[in-house]
Amino acid sequence: MLYHDVLIVGGGLAGLRAAVALCDTYDVGLFSKVHPIRSHSIAAQGGINAALANHPDSRDDTPEKHAFDTVKGSDYLADQDAVLTMCEEAPTVVYEMEHWGCPFSRFPDDTIAQRPFGGGGYPRTCFSTDLTGHVLLNTLYERSVYKRVRAYPEFVALALVTDGDVCHGAIMLDQIGGKIVSVAAKATFFATGGYGLVYYYSTNALTNTGSGIGIPYRAGVPLKDMEFVQFHPTSLIGTNILMTEGCRGEGGYLVNNQGERFMEKYAPKAMELAPRDIVSRSIQTEIEEGRAFDHELGKYVNLDLRHLGEKRIMERLPGIRRICLDFIGIDPIRDPIPIMPAQHYSMGGIDTNAKTETAVKGFYAAGECACVSVHGANRLGGNSLLDTIVFGKLGSVAVDEYLQGCTFKPDERLLEARRRAVEEKVKALAGGGPERPFTILRDLRMTMSQNVGIFRTRDELNHALSTIFELKERYRQVGISSSKLSMNYELIGALELENMLDISHVIVLGALLREESRGAHWRRDFPQRRDTDWLKHTVATLGKDGEPRIGYSDVVITRYPPMERKY
Amino acid sequence: MDRGDYILLKILRYDATEPTVEPHFESYRVRIIPGLTILTILLRIRDEIDGTLAFRSSCRSAVCGSCAMVINGKIDLSCRVQAASFGTNTIILEPLPNLRVIKDLVVDMTPFWNMYEKVKPFLIRKSPGPDKELPQSDEERKRIDQYANCILCACCYGACPVLARNPDYVGPAALAKLERFVLDSRDDRPASFIENVNDDRGVWGCDMILRCIDACPKDVRPPDSIVGLRKQLLKLRIKKLFRKKGQE
Ligand SMILES: Cc1cc2nc3c(=O)[nH]c(=O)nc-3n(C[C@H](O)[C@H](O)[C@H](O)COP(=O)(O)OP(=O)(O)OC[C@H]3O[C@@H](n4cnc5c(N)ncnc54)[C@H](O)[C@@H]3O)c2cc1C
Ligand code: FES
Repeated sequence: MLYHDVLIVGGGLAGLRAAVALCDTYDVGLFSKVHPIRSHSIAAQGGINAALANHPDSRDDTPEKHAFDTVKGSDYLADQDAVLTMCEEAPTVVYEMEHWGCPFSRFPDDTIAQRPFGGGGYPRTCFSTDLTGHVLLNTLYERSVYKRVRAYPEFVALALVTDGDVCHGAIMLDQIGGKIVSVAAKATFFATGGYGLVYYYSTNALTNTGSGIGIPYRAGVPLKDMEFVQFHPTSLIGTNILMTEGCRGEGGYLVNNQGERFMEKYAPKAMELAPRDIVSRSIQTEIEEGRAFDHELGKYVNLDLRHLGEKRIMERLPGIRRICLDFIGIDPIRDPIPIMPAQHYSMGGIDTNAKTETAVKGFYAAGECACVSVHGANRLGGNSLLDTIVFGKLGSVAVDEYLQGCTFKPDERLLEARRRAVEEKVKALAGGGPERPFTILRDLRMTMSQNVGIFRTRDELNHALSTIFELKERYRQVGISSSKLSMNYELIGALELENMLDISHVIVLGALLREESRGAHWRRDFPQRRDTDWLKHTVATLGKDGEPRIGYSDVVITRYPPMERKY
Repeated sequence: MDRGDYILLKILRYDATEPTVEPHFESYRVRIIPGLTILTILLRIRDEIDGTLAFRSSCRSAVCGSCAMVINGKIDLSCRVQAASFGTNTIILEPLPNLRVIKDLVVDMTPFWNMYEKVKPFLIRKSPGPDKELPQSDEERKRIDQYANCILCACCYGACPVLARNPDYVGPAALAKLERFVLDSRDDRPASFIENVNDDRGVWGCDMILRCIDACPKDVRPPDSIVGLRKQLLKLRIKKLFRKKGQE
């Protein structure tokens, strides 16, 4: 058994930020399924929002205005107190990252450069070319090396151990050592990222299974607003690799097969820089109404950067150009980029407050796996990197408060019992039935993309729900080829699949019940936002029968009364 | 290559937990479809043919550095190599050299990370930061761009002929990382810091065979950093000489 004061699961931005803040005072263990530097945060491109007012057009920008844009972007589902906290912290955390070495792009006056992003009233997205996640994650990892954070790479969390009220730690699979170990901790902090991989068409990394959301759910921790799934307007056809919103922030156009900049019809003022939910629906409508191009890999519209010129593309979007060359053999300096919308971000997640606390004492969550909520029904580009760093930091403050004078001792017998139960589960999988995990996963992902996508209807959602019941039934017959614990990726996949089925169940049920359209959740059969009935968070808990129980909680509204969203 | 064609993948298999079984090649036949990368093939083999196959992956877009290996003799990221880009139907996959194999295509990266940590890969500041950003011009930032782009995939580490015979050599990636901080206008490490790499385990270990330039998927060009650091060291030495002369 391993012991730590604080057990952090997840080595992305949120987990690392919490770790570097806590490791001076406490014995911290940072566990991650992949080496921290391989975390999905590395792939973020466009930037991080903070009202620094560096841009000549944004001298009167303030955190308060940033908060308003965020709340409006969220279609008023975000908790306004938490949003304001995040936006007020933003300049501080960005400066901190800069002081720790983050090489941001710069303006001629030597300040951090900022570009416009969708739904932002001012150019306030700080960036480093189009590799912002890469430089932020490297900087925080470097900081963790400096601070000598104890890291456990390639340890996969399999279960959270609670006694119903208090968290005692977690059960982890040590992939290289080939052991299942229990980790006892006074405080457990999840920063495990999003659940994009429950969709077939997704910009996310292969590691984003959402198991870190399913695990606490199975341990009784409530999930919030899971039906709000962001579809990014511009992913490369075929691979669905992201083409950052920065492409449009730098001035890129979206063009249909008639040669029209079609955003004129949908958001005449903001055009290409309307929020993502609106742009994605517009593209999907163009596709459905026959104004898209055909390709053997699917239907698409063009993201045209050519008018920006070689110099600007090389300076501001070199990573995008590289991806286009590597993955589809085109050069955006000369050719438009074929794009389609794809799942991108998980607005929902583990239900937390603005201190990252959950319903279970000693269990915290931050970053994309958590739902505070600061993004509500639709996240603005550049606000997620901010969310990870702000709430990673604020989480450390909450953990510190909890641990001061904390006399709690994790129950070793409880942990050991859970560890043995997980071992039994692994044995059962190896001796299991004829169903292969990948066929179930493939069917799940297809169902989610086809029926729980940008536009939703009751029939499709009902269909998805019955498919998930079938898939859960099939999962009982699942079997894998080997019970070995070392480097057994098939085993990890099979264990994570169970969580993915659970999460999907919650997403679909929440979407089916929510009879309105708000942000990224669009019901063709209920195309209006209905504040009187639905201005509330969906909260899901696992019932005794293994099915989700859906309840609701209030949205915190402080200074911005809900208005119609126009761009 | 036509559509409907098959590709034969030969993968070097080994499991360090079963050392009595010698490393050996196993072959897999996979139907080729447009846009198929080596990583997608590997995922399909693991899903549909052999669940015990081990390899690392995450971003699948050549940014996270997980998936370096030897593909038909050339080191690259498996997620960015198109299966149809070879003029042959047979593709051979081997683990990254110069590192111990844990299982199949998964190697133990510990020595690589140890070398990385040796160069103190973090910004060193003497004074606390102001309550705004430290000023830096875009020109100054661009100076470190090349090295800041490194994704720590260890392609260079696997390609380096010096590391093949001298595992104590710090290696191309760590030196590029060091140069990234030495060149950063905000970094306060003393000029003499680079004395730490002033030997055969450091910058003088490099034979300038330049295989790392070819192997790097991000154009980091580690030898540029090695040349830069060597020049700095020579300058330091000359300065010291003059200082001694002055004292005499
Ligand atoms: C392609 C792309 C581009 C993006 N660009 C931007 C952008 O420009 N601006 C912006 O604001 N946002 C952007 N986002 C969103 C943003 O990058 C993510 O939301 C954010 O990085 C998530 O960080 P995180 O720390 O919460 O989790 P991640 O970085 O995803 O890290 C999760 C960590 O948890 C670990 N983990 C997961 N499950 C387990 C388990 N069961 N056991 C152990 N460890 C586990 C993983 O190994 C990993 O270390 C982008 C997202 C994508 C997909
Ligand atoms: S999977 Fe990330 S670099 Fe290949």
